[in-house]
Amino acid sequence: MKDFNYHSAKDSKEASKLASSSSAFLAGGMTTIPSMKLGLATYKDLIDIKNIKKLSGIKVSGKSVTIGAATKHVEVSNSKDVKKAIPSLSSLAEGIGDPQVRNRGTIGGSIANNDPSADYPSACIALNAIIHTNERKIEAAKFFKGMFETALKKGELIEAIEFQIPEKSSYQKHPNPASRYAIVGVYVAKHKGDINVAVTGAKSCVYNDKEMSKALSGNFSSSSIDGMDLDSSEMNSDMHASADFRASLVVTQAKKAVDAC
Amino acid sequence: MASLVGSRVERKEDKRFLTGKGRYTADINLANQTYAIFVRSPHARASIKKINIDKALKSSGVVSILTGKEIADDKIGGLIAGWAIRSEDGTEMKCPGNPPLAKDNVNFVGDPVAVVIAESLAEAKEAAEKVEVDYKVLKAVTSTADAMNGDTIHEGIDKNLCFDWLLGDRQKVKEAFDKADKVISIDIINNRLIPNAMEPRACVADYNAASEEITLYTTSQNPHLSRLIMSAFGNVAPEHKLRVVAPDVGGGFGSKINVYNEDIVCSWAAKKINRAIKWVAERSESFLTDIHGRDHVTHAELAVTKDGKFLGFKNETIANLGAYARVFGTVTPTYLFGPCATGVYEIPAAYTNVKAVYTNTAPVDAYRGAGRPEATYTIERLVEKASMELGIDKTELRIKNFPTAFPFKQTLVHTVDSGDYVAGMEKAKQMADYKGFEARRKESEAKGKLRGIGVTSYFEACGIAPSAAVMSLGCGVGLWESAEVRFNPTGQVTVYTGSHSHGQSHQTTFAQIAADELGVPIENIDIVHGDTDKGTFGMGTYGSRSLAVGGIAIVNACKKIVEKGKRVTAKMLEANPEDVEFKDGEFVVSKSNKKKTIGEVAFACYLPGVRDEMKSPLPEGDEPGLKETSFYDPSNFSFPAGTHIAEVEIDPETGHVKLEKYTACDDFGRIINPMVVEGQVHGGLAQGIGQALYENAEYDETGQLMTGSYMDYTMPRADNFPEFNIGYTCTHATTNPLGVKGCGEAGAIAAPPTVMNAVIDALGGQEVTMPATAEKVWKACKNLKKSNAKAA
Ligand SMILES: Cc1cc2nc3c(=O)[nH]c(=O)nc-3n(C[C@H](O)[C@H](O)[C@H](O)COP(=O)(O)OP(=O)(O)OC[C@H]3O[C@@H](n4cnc5c(N)ncnc54)[C@H](O)[C@@H]3O)c2cc1C
Repeated sequence: MKDFNYHSAKDSKEASKLASSSSAFLAGGMTTIPSMKLGLATYKDLIDIKNIKKLSGIKVSGKSVTIGAATKHVEVSNSKDVKKAIPSLSSLAEGIGDPQVRNRGTIGGSIANNDPSADYPSACIALNAIIHTNERKIEAAKFFKGMFETALKKGELIEAIEFQIPEKSSYQKHPNPASRYAIVGVYVAKHKGDINVAVTGAKSCVYNDKEMSKALSGNFSSSSIDGMDLDSSEMNSDMHASADFRASLVVTQAKKAVDAC
Repeated sequence: MASLVGSRVERKEDKRFLTGKGRYTADINLANQTYAIFVRSPHARASIKKINIDKALKSSGVVSILTGKEIADDKIGGLIAGWAIRSEDGTEMKCPGNPPLAKDNVNFVGDPVAVVIAESLAEAKEAAEKVEVDYKVLKAVTSTADAMNGDTIHEGIDKNLCFDWLLGDRQKVKEAFDKADKVISIDIINNRLIPNAMEPRACVADYNAASEEITLYTTSQNPHLSRLIMSAFGNVAPEHKLRVVAPDVGGGFGSKINVYNEDIVCSWAAKKINRAIKWVAERSESFLTDIHGRDHVTHAELAVTKDGKFLGFKNETIANLGAYARVFGTVTPTYLFGPCATGVYEIPAAYTNVKAVYTNTAPVDAYRGAGRPEATYTIERLVEKASMELGIDKTELRIKNFPTAFPFKQTLVHTVDSGDYVAGMEKAKQMADYKGFEARRKESEAKGKLRGIGVTSYFEACGIAPSAAVMSLGCGVGLWESAEVRFNPTGQVTVYTGSHSHGQSHQTTFAQIAADELGVPIENIDIVHGDTDKGTFGMGTYGSRSLAVGGIAIVNACKKIVEKGKRVTAKMLEANPEDVEFKDGEFVVSKSNKKKTIGEVAFACYLPGVRDEMKSPLPEGDEPGLKETSFYDPSNFSFPAGTHIAEVEIDPETGHVKLEKYTACDDFGRIINPMVVEGQVHGGLAQGIGQALYENAEYDETGQLMTGSYMDYTMPRADNFPEFNIGYTCTHATTNPLGVKGCGEAGAIAAPPTVMNAVIDALGGQEVTMPATAEKVWKACKNLKKSNAKAA
């Protein structure tokens, strides 16, 4: 690992002021530190945001659950409030990585990184999340731009993620056996007005599968999507799963999610 | 005194391991030490045109940069193959040179070309990035099956063929096949594995200019053997000027048998710069450069009668050696493989033909089970297929071909001294509720799942090995083991063993044995290993040999102590040595019932003479002191055996294989410590199931390792396994005084075919290769659905 300067910011303002083209925010460090150790990323400055009090914690209102960006996965999975309001969100957090990762990794780091096989982005899409930054509010549908790419501007800091509480929801992940990231993860959420079928792992970026949501709007039952033949041309293919297998898994995991709702 | 052998004595080593007080190589820091980083080839095959170290030398903190040229100038030798194998046509095997730092050619990604030594690790890394190596990249050969058709990797080694070896009689096999009602045949791949010891390799080398001695701390399973090789072949230092210490070692599984490039380079360089050098592998280096295991492509056939009697067996295998032949590289796919390939069966005619090939991949060598997992996979997959094709129950078919009498002269090499394979099978069936399977299958079916059951009966040849036998087969050393038992004057005992524990619990089990033999409390016995300055010599730990060979050396040394004790007691108590009996730590004169404890005898041995109350005259011809040594050379291999049964449930929609039940019923002979044996069985099963369902080392066609981290190489985790159902039958080995056989490798040997037989059973007999990943199984499920639809 190359030498770098460590800063600990006391508030969002200071954090974003310190940011530059050769800096990164340090939340859980679960992505940043290994990348630096492997020489895949080098930064001049690391700006630690864990000491910014405002960024941690969980608030539940009648309609939404708001989670501070620096809240750890373990806190989300253990939160009684989240379990009660959106049980699928707490079980998603419980299925991320391993205990060490969950004890350090944060929700803000996860969505800022936007790994194509990360779990949280699917929750943001399915639960119509609003991403609160130090500058603005961004709808989830406009936040995830592409592989490891988001709408965040340089120095923009995610402060919290506000999830809409659905009527019913479930997240079903088919994990990569080695890394346990999602080969395919499908988050189905039934809201009053709409149904979202958010898919992670299958393509270069999380997406809302309109075809399946439409089928499910008619009849919210796994039989509505059973046997659906999805187009696999844009799906990822690697040594763990071909595009065709992923396409099939998307349907299977969606069916499981609907059944579990 | 109650016997300790056979009881669950808690592990003596756990206090230090569980409190973080283990002392591993990376924990060792010497005064004024430097740090080494190896510059490694990023290419699978290339010639080195030029190495420019000018910029790197100017980098801060650099002490020295050495390349293959300096190694060659100093006449430092290369890495070697420990066994010379002859081809069927009588020619000697062909091995390329393998210099510790490549000089002209690199042959796999990770092959080291230079070492950078600096004041700090960070400085060494930074400088290493500035070493400029100009490569001419050549076309790599990576496929096992096609290696013989690829470009010639090593000059003069035609078809990349190290040897083309035959064991058995082709003519007899042909005659047997001519008589057969049916021939069952399979094509199988034994997937390549990366051992992944928890502790990565490391070494710290030191030079003492005054005594002209090199000390090497290293992660080794066999420090004496490493010293011998480094001295005799590496030309690093004469044996008496080279001390090799292998302190606590965090797992080896065969990957730490070899002397590695880094051991030789650091030892040599420490003398050159007259400073200590430390090197610790990063996990990515372990993936690339530790020896890998398995990697066979096999076609096998079994000739049978229609009522299921086995008549003949053929085995045509291509074994991948990787880029170079290493210590056990050439014996693993030959004598550790071929003889066991006929399994636990009476098969009148058999042969195994192995073509060992070089490829531009990491060297392949002995990995837990070494050859015997590959052998067992071959025969047990074939037998299971025979049971399907003949319509004979898989357990009945096996029983039908088991030997009925022991010693059992196995088809190709071994004479198995003891065993009871039928008893093992019956017990395993009971433990696994084999009869209830059909009902469980129906339950799974009702849930839309596919359930399968798989069986394996195995034997293996371990406790390696009788020196005369192995040397006649090409081994470069004898495989005896030594032990030394020393009494202190005040009665405690230190046992020096040439075996090495890197997870095997020798400190406990060997102490149990010595405690029973000597009647000394176990707290007063220390086991010492892992240092060439302590103990006479040792061949180390692998091939489940520690107990069956090393343990017997301890027993024999203890017996010599007792013999001397009898003579000394007789002299002290004015009796005949023949009238002295030894039991529970006491020497008793049978006629007078007078006695001396072993502690008193030890004391007397160190204070011989008569004065006042103290009467400890030594018998004539005996010297003072109480210390005995034994070099034990076994008369035969030992032959653990057993039957394992697995049950899987498959989700046809996702291809996910869930291992529902795993039953292991093994015959390890006498068991010294059941808790330790369970640990060994669990570990072996985890690795064997890992091979069947999860692990796979994959290279792309340019020779880049695709599975070079835990993001892609699936190490199994605890939640991948059910609670293991473990049981034993016991027939004592007749060839050693403890009756022990060995248990370290059994799980890794039996589990792959057991699990795969279950998977393939669930899939209606469709072949899938290991590891049975979700996608492969999903595809097979789709095919099954199609063919079922057709049939209906
Ligand atoms: C072994 C392992 C297994 C894993 N398994 C999974 C898994 O199964 N599923 C899964 O989804 N993830 C998994 N992860 C990733 C894990 O969830 C990480 O926590 C996450 O990717 C990054 O979060 P972090 O807090 O560690 O971020 P960091 O590593 O600290 O930062 C990552 C990036 O996000 C930026 N960033 C961080 N916080 C903010 C913020 N508030 N505003 C703007 N930018 C910010 C940083 O600048 C940096 O570029 C795994 C990681 C590891 C190491």
